[in-house]
Amino acid sequence: MAEVLVLAEHAGGDVKKVTFELLTLARTLGEPAAVAIGEVSDDVVASLAAGGADTIYVANGAEYADHVVAPKVSALQAALAASGAVGILVPATAEGKEIAARLAVRTGAGIITDAVGVDAGFVAQQSVFGGSTLVHSVVTTGTPIIAVRPNSVAAEQYPGAARRIDLDVTVADIDRAATVTDRVAQERAGRPELTEAAIVVSGGRGVGSPEGFSVIESLADSLGAAVGASRAATDAGWYPHQFQVGQTGKTVSPQLYIANGISGAIQHRAGMQTSKMIIAVNKDAEAPIFDLVDFGVVGDLHTVLPQLTEEVTRRRG
Amino acid sequence: MKIVVCVKQVPDSWAEKKLNPADNTLDREAADAVVNELDEYAVEEALQIQERLGGAEACTVTVLTVGPEKAIESVRKGLQMGADDGVHVVDDALHGSDALATSAVLAAAIDSLGPDLVLMGSESTDARMSVVPAMLAERTGRPQLTFAGKVDLDGDTVRIQRVTDYGYDVVEAKLPALVSVVEKINEPRYPSFKGIMAAKKKPVQTLALADLGLEAGVVGLAGSRSSVQDFAARPPRAAGTVVTDEGDGGTKVADFLSAQKFI
Repeated sequence: MAEVLVLAEHAGGDVKKVTFELLTLARTLGEPAAVAIGEVSDDVVASLAAGGADTIYVANGAEYADHVVAPKVSALQAALAASGAVGILVPATAEGKEIAARLAVRTGAGIITDAVGVDAGFVAQQSVFGGSTLVHSVVTTGTPIIAVRPNSVAAEQYPGAARRIDLDVTVADIDRAATVTDRVAQERAGRPELTEAAIVVSGGRGVGSPEGFSVIESLADSLGAAVGASRAATDAGWYPHQFQVGQTGKTVSPQLYIANGISGAIQHRAGMQTSKMIIAVNKDAEAPIFDLVDFGVVGDLHTVLPQLTEEVTRRRG
Repeated sequence: MKIVVCVKQVPDSWAEKKLNPADNTLDREAADAVVNELDEYAVEEALQIQERLGGAEACTVTVLTVGPEKAIESVRKGLQMGADDGVHVVDDALHGSDALATSAVLAAAIDSLGPDLVLMGSESTDARMSVVPAMLAERTGRPQLTFAGKVDLDGDTVRIQRVTDYGYDVVEAKLPALVSVVEKINEPRYPSFKGIMAAKKKPVQTLALADLGLEAGVVGLAGSRSSVQDFAARPPRAAGTVVTDEGDGGTKVADFLSAQKFI
Protein backbone atom coordinates (compact mmCIF):
# COMPACT_ATOMS: atom_id res chain seq x y z
CA MET A 1 0.00 0.00 0.00
CA ALA A 2 1.17 3.50 -0.76
CA GLU A 3 2.50 5.72 2.00
CA VAL A 4 0.74 8.75 3.43
CA LEU A 5 3.11 11.22 5.08
CA VAL A 6 2.27 12.88 8.40
CA LEU A 7 4.32 15.89 9.45
CA ALA A 8 5.01 15.26 13.14
CA GLU A 9 4.73 18.08 15.68
CA HIS A 10 7.07 17.62 18.56
CA ALA A 11 8.79 19.78 21.15
CA GLY A 12 11.25 18.95 23.87
CA GLY A 13 11.09 15.23 23.10
CA ASP A 14 7.29 15.09 23.32
CA VAL A 15 5.14 14.33 20.31
CA LYS A 16 1.97 16.42 20.20
CA LYS A 17 -1.43 14.81 20.24
CA VAL A 18 -2.40 16.10 16.79
CA THR A 19 0.37 13.93 15.30
CA PHE A 20 -1.30 10.77 16.60
CA GLU A 21 -4.64 11.99 15.29
CA LEU A 22 -3.11 12.44 11.83
CA LEU A 23 -1.42 9.02 11.95
CA THR A 24 -4.82 7.50 12.76
CA LEU A 25 -6.34 9.38 9.83
CA ALA A 26 -3.45 8.38 7.53
CA ARG A 27 -4.15 4.70 8.27
CA THR A 28 -7.58 5.10 6.66
CA LEU A 29 -5.92 6.50 3.50
CA GLY A 30 -2.82 4.34 3.11
CA GLU A 31 0.26 3.29 5.02
CA PRO A 32 1.04 5.87 7.71
CA ALA A 33 4.55 7.32 7.67
CA ALA A 34 5.73 10.06 10.01
CA VAL A 35 8.19 12.80 9.12
CA ALA A 36 10.09 14.07 12.15
CA ILE A 37 12.17 17.21 11.66
CA GLY A 38 14.40 19.03 14.15
CA GLU A 39 15.95 17.65 17.31
CA VAL A 40 14.56 14.15 16.95
CA SER A 41 15.36 12.07 20.03
CA ASP A 42 14.93 8.30 20.29
CA ASP A 43 11.90 9.04 22.48
CA VAL A 44 10.25 10.92 19.63
CA VAL A 45 10.89 8.03 17.23
CA ALA A 46 9.54 5.53 19.79
CA SER A 47 6.39 7.63 20.36
CA LEU A 48 5.75 7.85 16.62
CA ALA A 49 6.17 4.08 16.30
CA ALA A 50 3.74 3.49 19.17
CA GLY A 51 1.35 5.97 17.56
CA GLY A 52 1.09 3.96 14.38
CA ALA A 53 3.87 5.03 12.01
CA ASP A 54 5.04 2.18 9.80
CA THR A 55 7.92 4.31 8.59
CA ILE A 56 9.56 7.24 10.30
CA TYR A 57 11.50 9.64 8.13
CA VAL A 58 13.96 11.58 10.26
CA ALA A 59 15.63 14.89 9.45
CA ASN A 60 17.68 15.30 12.59
CA GLY A 61 19.34 18.60 13.41
CA ALA A 62 19.07 21.43 15.91
CA GLU A 63 19.53 24.01 13.13
CA TYR A 64 15.98 23.44 11.81
CA ALA A 65 14.77 25.58 14.69
CA ASP A 66 17.11 28.45 13.76
CA HIS A 67 15.23 29.57 10.65
CA VAL A 68 11.60 30.24 9.81
CA VAL A 69 10.02 27.10 8.25
CA ALA A 70 11.91 27.04 4.91
CA PRO A 71 14.51 24.38 5.91
CA LYS A 72 11.68 22.17 7.19
CA VAL A 73 10.06 22.47 3.77
CA SER A 74 13.23 21.03 2.24
CA ALA A 75 13.14 18.13 4.72
CA LEU A 76 9.49 17.36 4.03
CA GLN A 77 10.17 17.52 0.30
CA ALA A 78 13.06 15.06 0.78
CA ALA A 79 10.67 12.70 2.61
CA LEU A 80 8.19 13.00 -0.24
CA ALA A 81 10.89 12.12 -2.76
CA ALA A 82 12.15 9.20 -0.67
CA SER A 83 8.70 7.75 -0.02
CA GLY A 84 6.78 8.34 -3.22
CA ALA A 85 3.85 9.10 -0.92
CA VAL A 86 0.37 9.59 -2.34
CA GLY A 87 -0.66 12.27 0.13
CA ILE A 88 0.68 14.54 2.86
CA LEU A 89 -1.13 15.46 6.06
CA VAL A 90 0.09 18.32 8.21
CA PRO A 91 -1.42 19.80 11.36
CA ALA A 92 -3.44 22.94 10.60
CA THR A 93 -1.33 25.01 12.95
CA ALA A 94 0.29 28.30 11.95
CA GLU A 95 3.63 26.66 11.22
CA GLY A 96 2.14 23.48 9.73
CA LYS A 97 0.19 25.53 7.21
CA GLU A 98 3.24 27.63 6.31
CA ILE A 99 5.31 24.52 5.64
CA ALA A 100 2.48 23.08 3.57
CA ALA A 101 2.10 26.36 1.64
CA ARG A 102 5.75 26.52 0.64
CA LEU A 103 5.85 22.83 -0.22
CA ALA A 104 2.84 23.34 -2.50
CA VAL A 105 4.72 26.08 -4.38
CA ARG A 106 7.81 23.87 -4.69
CA THR A 107 6.00 20.74 -5.87
CA GLY A 108 3.30 22.51 -7.86
CA ALA A 109 0.67 20.47 -6.04
CA GLY A 110 -2.61 21.72 -4.66
CA ILE A 111 -3.17 22.45 -0.99
CA ILE A 112 -6.26 22.35 1.21
CA THR A 113 -6.20 23.80 4.71
CA ASP A 114 -8.30 23.51 7.83
CA ALA A 115 -9.85 20.17 6.93
CA VAL A 116 -11.98 18.63 9.65
CA GLY A 117 -11.89 15.22 8.00
CA VAL A 118 -10.37 13.44 5.00
CA ASP A 119 -12.26 10.72 3.14
CA ALA A 120 -11.00 8.04 0.76
CA GLY A 121 -9.31 9.51 -2.29
CA PHE A 122 -8.14 12.50 -0.21
CA VAL A 123 -11.49 14.28 -0.34
CA ALA A 124 -11.20 16.90 2.37
CA GLN A 125 -14.10 18.06 4.48
CA GLN A 126 -14.01 21.72 5.47
CA SER A 127 -16.33 23.75 7.59
CA VAL A 128 -16.39 27.34 6.35
CA PHE A 129 -18.08 30.70 6.96
CA GLY A 130 -18.26 30.34 10.69
CA GLY A 131 -19.23 26.70 10.46
CA SER A 132 -22.41 27.48 8.50
CA THR A 133 -21.32 25.58 5.37
CA LEU A 134 -19.77 22.15 4.87
CA VAL A 135 -17.53 21.83 1.83
CA HIS A 136 -15.89 18.86 0.12
CA SER A 137 -12.69 19.82 -1.67
CA VAL A 138 -10.09 17.96 -3.65
CA VAL A 139 -6.60 18.63 -4.88
CA THR A 140 -6.65 18.43 -8.66
CA THR A 141 -2.91 18.62 -9.38
CA GLY A 142 -0.01 16.73 -7.80
CA THR A 143 0.34 14.90 -4.50
CA PRO A 144 -2.39 16.35 -2.24
CA ILE A 145 -1.21 18.41 0.73
CA ILE A 146 -3.92 18.68 3.37
CA ALA A 147 -3.72 20.60 6.63
CA VAL A 148 -6.04 19.00 9.19
CA ARG A 149 -7.32 20.72 12.31
CA PRO A 150 -6.39 19.29 15.69
CA ASN A 151 -9.16 17.25 17.34
CA SER A 152 -10.69 16.30 13.97
CA VAL A 153 -10.33 12.57 14.65
CA ALA A 154 -9.80 10.54 17.83
CA ALA A 155 -6.24 9.20 18.02
CA GLU A 156 -5.92 5.44 18.26
CA GLN A 157 -2.76 3.76 19.45
CA TYR A 158 -1.82 1.37 16.66
CA PRO A 159 1.76 0.13 16.91
CA GLY A 160 3.36 0.55 13.50
CA ALA A 161 6.24 -1.27 11.83
CA ALA A 162 8.51 1.59 12.93
CA ARG A 163 11.08 1.44 10.19
CA ARG A 164 13.43 4.42 10.57
CA ILE A 165 14.87 6.14 7.53
CA ASP A 166 17.24 9.06 7.96
CA LEU A 167 16.84 11.68 5.28
CA ASP A 168 19.61 13.36 3.38
CA VAL A 169 18.43 16.97 3.20
CA THR A 170 20.06 19.82 1.33
CA VAL A 171 19.05 23.22 2.68
CA ALA A 172 19.69 26.13 0.32
CA ASP A 173 21.22 29.35 1.67
CA ILE A 174 18.09 31.29 0.68
CA ASP A 175 16.09 29.09 3.09
CA ARG A 176 18.32 30.25 5.94
CA ALA A 177 17.62 33.94 5.26
CA ALA A 178 15.18 34.47 8.16
CA THR A 179 17.05 33.71 11.37
CA VAL A 180 15.58 33.15 14.82
CA THR A 181 17.79 35.07 17.24
CA ASP A 182 15.79 34.63 20.45
CA ARG A 183 12.78 32.76 21.83
CA VAL A 184 10.60 34.34 24.46
CA ALA A 185 8.17 32.14 26.38
CA GLN A 186 5.24 33.80 28.06
CA GLU A 187 3.47 32.53 31.14
CA ARG A 188 0.84 29.96 30.26
CA ALA A 189 0.26 28.59 33.76
CA GLY A 190 0.79 25.04 32.52
CA ARG A 191 -2.39 25.00 30.45
CA PRO A 192 -2.67 23.16 27.14
CA GLU A 193 -2.34 25.09 23.91
CA LEU A 194 -5.60 26.70 22.84
CA THR A 195 -5.76 25.21 19.35
CA GLU A 196 -4.80 21.71 20.51
CA ALA A 197 -6.75 21.43 23.76
CA ALA A 198 -9.46 18.79 24.08
CA ILE A 199 -11.47 21.15 26.27
CA VAL A 200 -11.66 24.96 25.98
CA VAL A 201 -13.30 27.24 28.55
CA SER A 202 -13.95 30.75 27.20
CA GLY A 203 -15.13 34.03 28.63
CA GLY A 204 -16.76 37.02 26.97
CA ARG A 205 -18.41 40.33 27.73
CA GLY A 206 -20.37 38.78 30.58
CA VAL A 207 -17.15 38.15 32.51
CA GLY A 208 -17.18 41.89 33.21
CA SER A 209 -13.56 42.58 34.18
CA PRO A 210 -9.98 41.29 34.02
CA GLU A 211 -10.40 39.91 37.56
CA GLY A 212 -13.54 38.11 36.43
CA PHE A 213 -11.41 35.79 34.33
CA SER A 214 -10.22 34.05 37.49
CA VAL A 215 -13.51 32.07 37.57
CA ILE A 216 -12.92 31.08 33.92
CA GLU A 217 -9.35 30.02 34.69
CA SER A 218 -10.37 28.06 37.78
CA LEU A 219 -12.91 26.06 35.81
CA ALA A 220 -10.40 25.50 33.02
CA ASP A 221 -7.79 24.24 35.47
CA SER A 222 -10.26 21.85 37.13
CA LEU A 223 -10.91 20.32 33.69
CA GLY A 224 -7.34 20.48 32.38
CA ALA A 225 -8.64 22.86 29.72
CA ALA A 226 -7.25 25.79 27.77
CA VAL A 227 -8.68 29.29 28.32
CA GLY A 228 -10.13 31.31 25.45
CA ALA A 229 -11.82 34.69 25.18
CA SER A 230 -14.23 36.41 22.84
CA ARG A 231 -13.24 39.50 20.93
CA ALA A 232 -15.34 41.64 23.27
CA ALA A 233 -13.19 40.48 26.18
CA THR A 234 -9.84 40.89 24.42
CA ASP A 235 -10.80 44.28 22.92
CA ALA A 236 -11.73 45.44 26.43
CA GLY A 237 -8.27 44.39 27.56
CA TRP A 238 -9.59 41.85 30.06
CA TYR A 239 -7.60 38.96 28.62
CA PRO A 240 -4.53 38.79 26.36
CA HIS A 241 -5.23 39.03 22.68
CA GLN A 242 -3.50 35.75 21.75
CA PHE A 243 -6.31 33.83 23.46
CA GLN A 244 -9.02 35.31 21.26
CA VAL A 245 -11.29 32.73 19.64
CA GLY A 246 -13.12 33.87 16.52
CA GLN A 247 -12.89 35.06 12.97
CA THR A 248 -9.91 37.33 13.55
CA GLY A 249 -8.43 35.12 16.26
CA LYS A 250 -7.84 31.42 16.78
CA THR A 251 -10.03 28.65 15.43
CA VAL A 252 -10.60 25.83 17.87
CA SER A 253 -12.32 22.50 17.39
CA PRO A 254 -12.18 20.79 20.79
CA GLN A 255 -14.17 17.87 22.14
CA LEU A 256 -15.86 20.27 24.53
CA TYR A 257 -16.25 24.06 24.37
CA ILE A 258 -17.70 25.95 27.32
CA ALA A 259 -18.75 29.52 26.42
CA ASN A 260 -19.35 31.81 29.36
CA GLY A 261 -20.87 35.26 29.04
CA ILE A 262 -20.51 35.02 25.26
CA SER A 263 -23.53 35.99 23.16
CA GLY A 264 -22.47 33.96 20.12
CA ALA A 265 -22.09 36.58 17.37
CA ILE A 266 -20.89 35.25 14.00
CA GLN A 267 -17.44 36.68 14.73
CA HIS A 268 -17.12 34.23 17.62
CA ARG A 269 -18.99 31.29 16.09
CA ALA A 270 -16.51 31.28 13.21
CA GLY A 271 -13.82 30.23 15.66
CA MET A 272 -15.58 27.49 17.60
CA GLN A 273 -18.61 26.15 15.78
CA THR A 274 -16.98 22.85 14.83
CA SER A 275 -16.48 21.95 18.51
CA LYS A 276 -17.88 18.46 19.14
CA MET A 277 -19.90 19.50 22.17
CA ILE A 278 -20.85 23.00 23.29
CA ILE A 279 -22.00 24.23 26.67
CA ALA A 280 -22.97 27.84 27.36
CA VAL A 281 -23.66 29.89 30.45
CA ASN A 282 -25.26 33.27 29.81
CA LYS A 283 -27.61 35.61 31.63
CA ASP A 284 -29.54 36.38 28.44
CA ALA A 285 -31.92 33.55 27.53
CA GLU A 286 -32.18 35.04 24.00
CA ALA A 287 -28.42 34.90 23.32
CA PRO A 288 -27.77 33.20 19.95
CA ILE A 289 -25.13 30.97 21.55
CA PHE A 290 -28.00 28.89 22.98
CA ASP A 291 -28.91 27.84 19.40
CA LEU A 292 -25.61 25.95 19.27
CA VAL A 293 -25.47 24.30 22.62
CA ASP A 294 -25.80 20.72 23.72
CA PHE A 295 -26.40 22.03 27.23
CA GLY A 296 -27.01 25.58 28.38
CA VAL A 297 -27.64 27.40 31.61
CA VAL A 298 -29.42 30.74 31.72
CA GLY A 299 -27.76 32.30 34.72
CA ASP A 300 -24.91 34.37 36.09
CA LEU A 301 -21.55 32.83 35.30
CA HIS A 302 -20.16 34.28 38.52
CA THR A 303 -22.35 31.94 40.56
CA VAL A 304 -22.73 29.00 38.14
CA LEU A 305 -19.02 28.53 37.36
CA PRO A 306 -17.65 28.42 40.94
CA GLN A 307 -20.27 25.80 41.77
CA LEU A 308 -19.36 23.84 38.63
CA THR A 309 -15.63 24.08 39.39
CA GLU A 310 -16.24 22.73 42.89
CA GLU A 311 -18.33 19.86 41.53
CA VAL A 312 -15.73 18.97 38.88
CA THR A 313 -12.95 19.00 41.46
CA ARG A 314 -15.01 16.87 43.88
CA ARG A 315 -16.08 14.34 41.26
CA ARG A 316 -12.60 14.06 39.81
CA GLY A 317 -11.49 13.40 43.39
CA MET B 1 13.12 52.66 0.58
CA LYS B 2 10.09 51.23 -1.12
CA ILE B 3 7.29 49.40 0.67
CA VAL B 4 4.50 47.45 -1.02
CA VAL B 5 1.47 46.55 1.09
CA CYS B 6 -0.74 43.72 -0.19
CA VAL B 7 -4.42 44.18 0.63
CA LYS B 8 -7.44 42.05 -0.12
CA GLN B 9 -11.06 43.00 -0.42
CA VAL B 10 -13.24 40.59 1.56
CA PRO B 11 -16.89 40.31 2.59
CA ASP B 12 -17.54 42.10 5.88
CA SER B 13 -16.51 39.69 8.63
CA TRP B 14 -19.76 40.40 10.49
CA ALA B 15 -21.88 39.41 7.47
CA GLU B 16 -23.29 35.99 6.60
CA LYS B 17 -21.27 34.61 3.69
CA LYS B 18 -22.23 32.02 1.12
CA LEU B 19 -20.96 30.11 -1.88
CA ASN B 20 -22.31 30.59 -5.38
CA PRO B 21 -23.82 27.27 -6.56
CA ALA B 22 -22.95 28.05 -10.22
CA ASP B 23 -19.22 27.45 -9.75
CA ASN B 24 -18.70 26.83 -6.01
CA THR B 25 -16.85 30.12 -5.50
CA LEU B 26 -17.44 32.79 -2.87
CA ASP B 27 -20.49 34.90 -3.66
CA ARG B 28 -18.87 38.32 -3.39
CA GLU B 29 -22.11 40.15 -4.23
CA ALA B 30 -23.92 38.66 -1.25
CA ALA B 31 -22.18 40.71 1.42
CA ASP B 32 -20.74 44.21 1.83
CA ALA B 33 -17.11 44.36 0.80
CA VAL B 34 -14.44 45.81 3.09
CA VAL B 35 -10.67 45.83 3.29
CA ASN B 36 -9.45 42.70 5.06
CA GLU B 37 -9.04 43.92 8.61
CA LEU B 38 -5.56 42.45 9.11
CA ASP B 39 -4.35 44.24 5.97
CA GLU B 40 -5.29 47.58 7.53
CA TYR B 41 -2.75 46.83 10.25
CA ALA B 42 -0.18 46.23 7.50
CA VAL B 43 -0.98 49.60 5.85
CA GLU B 44 -0.69 51.33 9.22
CA GLU B 45 2.64 49.63 9.93
CA ALA B 46 3.95 50.75 6.53
CA LEU B 47 2.86 54.34 7.21
CA GLN B 48 4.53 54.31 10.61
CA ILE B 49 7.78 53.03 9.08
CA GLN B 50 7.52 55.76 6.45
CA GLU B 51 7.09 58.40 9.18
CA ARG B 52 10.06 57.07 11.14
CA LEU B 53 12.23 57.19 8.04
CA GLY B 54 11.29 60.81 7.36
CA GLY B 55 8.33 60.76 5.00
CA ALA B 56 7.67 60.17 1.31
CA GLU B 57 11.09 61.47 0.16
CA ALA B 58 12.81 58.70 2.10
CA CYS B 59 10.22 55.96 1.74
CA THR B 60 7.24 55.31 -0.52
CA VAL B 61 4.24 53.15 0.29
CA THR B 62 2.39 51.39 -2.55
CA VAL B 63 -0.86 49.51 -2.00
CA LEU B 64 -1.26 46.40 -4.16
CA THR B 65 -4.39 44.33 -4.67
CA VAL B 66 -5.49 41.51 -6.95
CA GLY B 67 -9.22 41.26 -7.50
CA PRO B 68 -12.31 42.28 -9.46
CA GLU B 69 -13.13 45.89 -10.53
CA LYS B 70 -14.69 46.64 -7.18
CA ALA B 71 -11.50 45.67 -5.33
CA ILE B 72 -10.04 49.07 -6.25
CA GLU B 73 -11.99 50.33 -3.24
CA SER B 74 -9.49 48.53 -1.01
CA VAL B 75 -6.61 50.32 -2.75
CA ARG B 76 -8.42 53.65 -2.26
CA LYS B 77 -8.83 52.94 1.44
CA GLY B 78 -5.06 52.50 1.71
CA LEU B 79 -4.49 55.75 -0.20
CA GLN B 80 -6.95 57.56 2.06
CA MET B 81 -5.03 56.33 5.08
CA GLY B 82 -1.89 57.88 3.56
CA ALA B 83 -0.22 55.50 1.11
CA ASP B 84 1.36 57.18 -1.91
CA ASP B 85 0.11 55.16 -4.86
CA GLY B 86 -1.68 51.97 -5.80
CA VAL B 87 -1.56 49.00 -8.13
CA HIS B 88 -4.66 47.00 -9.02
CA VAL B 89 -4.29 43.74 -10.91
CA VAL B 90 -7.64 43.02 -12.51
CA ASP B 91 -8.48 40.49 -15.18
CA ASP B 92 -11.57 38.44 -15.95
CA ALA B 93 -9.42 35.31 -15.96
CA LEU B 94 -8.70 35.76 -12.23
CA HIS B 95 -12.15 34.65 -11.06
CA GLY B 96 -11.95 31.54 -8.91
CA SER B 97 -8.19 31.66 -8.29
CA ASP B 98 -7.04 29.57 -5.32
CA ALA B 99 -4.27 30.64 -2.95
CA LEU B 100 -1.53 29.23 -5.18
CA ALA B 101 -2.83 31.08 -8.23
CA THR B 102 -3.37 34.31 -6.28
CA SER B 103 0.14 34.12 -4.85
CA ALA B 104 1.56 33.66 -8.36
CA VAL B 105 -0.11 36.90 -9.48
CA LEU B 106 0.97 38.81 -6.38
CA ALA B 107 4.53 37.49 -6.78
CA ALA B 108 4.69 38.66 -10.39
CA ALA B 109 3.47 42.11 -9.36
CA ILE B 110 5.94 42.30 -6.48
CA ASP B 111 8.81 41.21 -8.73
CA SER B 112 7.93 43.96 -11.18
CA LEU B 113 7.64 46.62 -8.45
CA GLY B 114 10.84 45.49 -6.70
CA PRO B 115 10.15 46.81 -3.19
CA ASP B 116 12.59 46.56 -0.28
CA LEU B 117 9.80 45.47 2.03
CA VAL B 118 6.51 43.67 1.43
CA LEU B 119 3.90 43.99 4.19
CA MET B 120 0.56 42.18 4.47
CA GLY B 121 -1.95 40.83 6.94
CA SER B 122 -1.26 37.31 8.20
CA GLU B 123 -4.61 36.02 6.94
CA SER B 124 -7.80 37.11 5.25
CA THR B 125 -11.09 36.93 7.08
CA ASP B 126 -12.85 35.19 4.18
CA ALA B 127 -10.75 32.15 3.25
CA ARG B 128 -8.72 32.19 6.48
CA MET B 129 -6.07 29.85 5.10
CA SER B 130 -3.16 32.02 6.20
CA VAL B 131 -0.89 30.59 3.50
CA VAL B 132 -0.39 33.39 0.97
CA PRO B 133 2.42 35.16 2.90
CA ALA B 134 4.48 31.92 3.05
CA MET B 135 3.74 31.21 -0.62
CA LEU B 136 4.82 34.73 -1.58
CA ALA B 137 8.07 34.40 0.37
CA GLU B 138 8.75 31.13 -1.42
CA ARG B 139 7.90 32.52 -4.84
CA THR B 140 9.80 35.79 -4.53
CA GLY B 141 12.81 34.34 -2.70
CA ARG B 142 12.38 36.79 0.16
CA PRO B 143 13.02 35.90 3.79
CA GLN B 144 9.74 34.97 5.47
CA LEU B 145 9.02 37.10 8.53
CA THR B 146 5.44 36.11 9.26
CA PHE B 147 3.01 36.59 12.17
CA ALA B 148 4.77 39.76 13.29
CA GLY B 149 3.51 41.37 16.48
CA LYS B 150 6.26 44.02 16.23
CA VAL B 151 8.42 45.23 13.35
CA ASP B 152 11.73 47.11 13.62
CA LEU B 153 13.90 48.37 10.80
CA ASP B 154 17.57 48.89 11.47
CA GLY B 155 19.43 49.93 8.30
CA ASP B 156 19.04 47.01 5.91
CA THR B 157 18.00 44.61 8.69
CA VAL B 158 14.37 43.96 9.55
CA ARG B 159 13.58 42.37 12.89
CA ILE B 160 10.19 41.10 14.04
CA GLN B 161 8.57 39.42 17.00
CA ARG B 162 7.01 36.30 15.46
CA VAL B 163 4.00 35.45 17.60
CA THR B 164 3.94 31.77 18.58
CA ASP B 165 1.68 29.60 20.72
CA TYR B 166 4.07 29.96 23.66
CA GLY B 167 5.15 33.61 23.30
CA TYR B 168 7.24 34.97 20.47
CA ASP B 169 10.42 34.37 18.52
CA VAL B 170 12.69 37.23 17.55
CA VAL B 171 13.44 36.78 13.84
CA GLU B 172 15.66 38.91 11.65
CA ALA B 173 16.67 39.09 8.04
CA LYS B 174 18.27 41.41 5.53
CA LEU B 175 16.14 43.41 3.11
CA PRO B 176 14.49 42.78 0.74
CA ALA B 177 12.06 40.85 2.92
CA LEU B 178 8.41 39.93 3.41
CA VAL B 179 6.55 40.60 6.65
CA SER B 180 3.03 39.56 7.63
CA VAL B 181 1.45 41.21 10.65
CA VAL B 182 -1.04 40.00 13.25
CA GLU B 183 -4.06 41.82 14.62
CA LYS B 184 -3.38 44.52 17.19
CA ILE B 185 0.20 45.22 16.12
CA ASN B 186 -0.94 48.87 15.99
CA GLU B 187 -4.09 51.02 15.84
CA PRO B 188 -4.93 51.59 12.18
CA ARG B 189 -5.75 55.26 11.58
CA TYR B 190 -9.08 56.40 10.19
CA PRO B 191 -8.77 58.34 6.95
CA SER B 192 -9.05 62.08 7.64
CA PHE B 193 -11.16 64.35 5.42
CA LYS B 194 -7.90 65.71 4.03
CA GLY B 195 -6.69 62.16 3.40
CA ILE B 196 -9.88 61.28 1.57
CA MET B 197 -9.61 64.34 -0.67
CA ALA B 198 -5.88 63.78 -1.32
CA ALA B 199 -6.45 60.13 -2.23
CA LYS B 200 -8.54 61.16 -5.23
CA LYS B 201 -5.42 62.60 -6.88
CA LYS B 202 -3.09 59.72 -6.08
CA PRO B 203 -2.09 57.47 -9.00
CA VAL B 204 -3.48 53.95 -9.28
CA GLN B 205 -1.98 51.73 -11.94
CA THR B 206 -4.28 49.08 -13.39
CA LEU B 207 -2.56 45.96 -14.68
CA ALA B 208 -3.87 42.98 -16.59
CA LEU B 209 -2.29 39.52 -16.43
CA ALA B 210 -0.54 40.11 -19.75
CA ASP B 211 1.18 43.20 -18.29
CA LEU B 212 2.78 40.90 -15.74
CA GLY B 213 3.74 38.30 -18.32
CA LEU B 214 1.22 35.82 -16.95
CA GLU B 215 -1.04 33.62 -19.01
CA ALA B 216 -4.71 33.22 -18.23
CA GLY B 217 -4.34 29.44 -17.87
CA VAL B 218 -2.22 29.70 -14.71
CA VAL B 219 -4.91 31.54 -12.73
CA GLY B 220 -8.63 31.45 -12.11
CA LEU B 221 -10.67 28.29 -11.86
CA ALA B 222 -8.68 26.78 -14.76
CA GLY B 223 -5.28 27.33 -13.17
CA SER B 224 -6.15 26.44 -9.60
CA ARG B 225 -4.86 23.17 -8.15
CA SER B 226 -7.67 22.50 -5.77
CA SER B 227 -11.39 22.66 -6.26
CA VAL B 228 -14.62 22.55 -4.30
CA GLN B 229 -16.55 19.38 -5.21
CA ASP B 230 -19.76 20.25 -3.44
CA PHE B 231 -21.07 22.19 -0.48
CA ALA B 232 -24.13 22.19 1.72
CA ALA B 233 -25.49 24.20 4.57
CA ARG B 234 -24.41 22.57 7.79
CA PRO B 235 -27.38 20.76 9.30
CA PRO B 236 -28.48 22.78 12.30
CA ARG B 237 -27.21 21.32 15.54
CA ALA B 238 -29.84 19.27 17.31
CA ALA B 239 -31.52 21.45 19.88
CA GLY B 240 -29.81 21.06 23.23
CA THR B 241 -31.15 21.29 26.74
CA VAL B 242 -31.25 24.78 28.21
CA VAL B 243 -32.09 25.18 31.89
CA THR B 244 -32.48 28.27 34.05
CA ASP B 245 -30.19 28.52 37.04
CA GLU B 246 -32.12 28.10 40.25
CA GLY B 247 -29.11 27.83 42.49
CA ASP B 248 -28.09 24.47 41.05
CA GLY B 249 -26.93 25.49 37.54
CA GLY B 250 -23.33 24.48 38.17
CA THR B 251 -24.36 21.08 39.51
CA LYS B 252 -26.54 20.51 36.47
CA VAL B 253 -23.65 21.22 34.12
CA ALA B 254 -21.50 18.84 36.18
CA ASP B 255 -24.22 16.17 35.85
CA PHE B 256 -24.20 16.68 32.07
CA LEU B 257 -20.37 16.45 31.99
CA SER B 258 -20.51 13.24 34.03
CA ALA B 259 -23.11 11.74 31.70
CA GLN B 260 -20.86 12.60 28.74
CA LYS B 261 -17.87 11.10 30.57
CA PHE B 262 -15.87 14.34 30.66
CA ILE B 263 -15.61 13.97 34.43
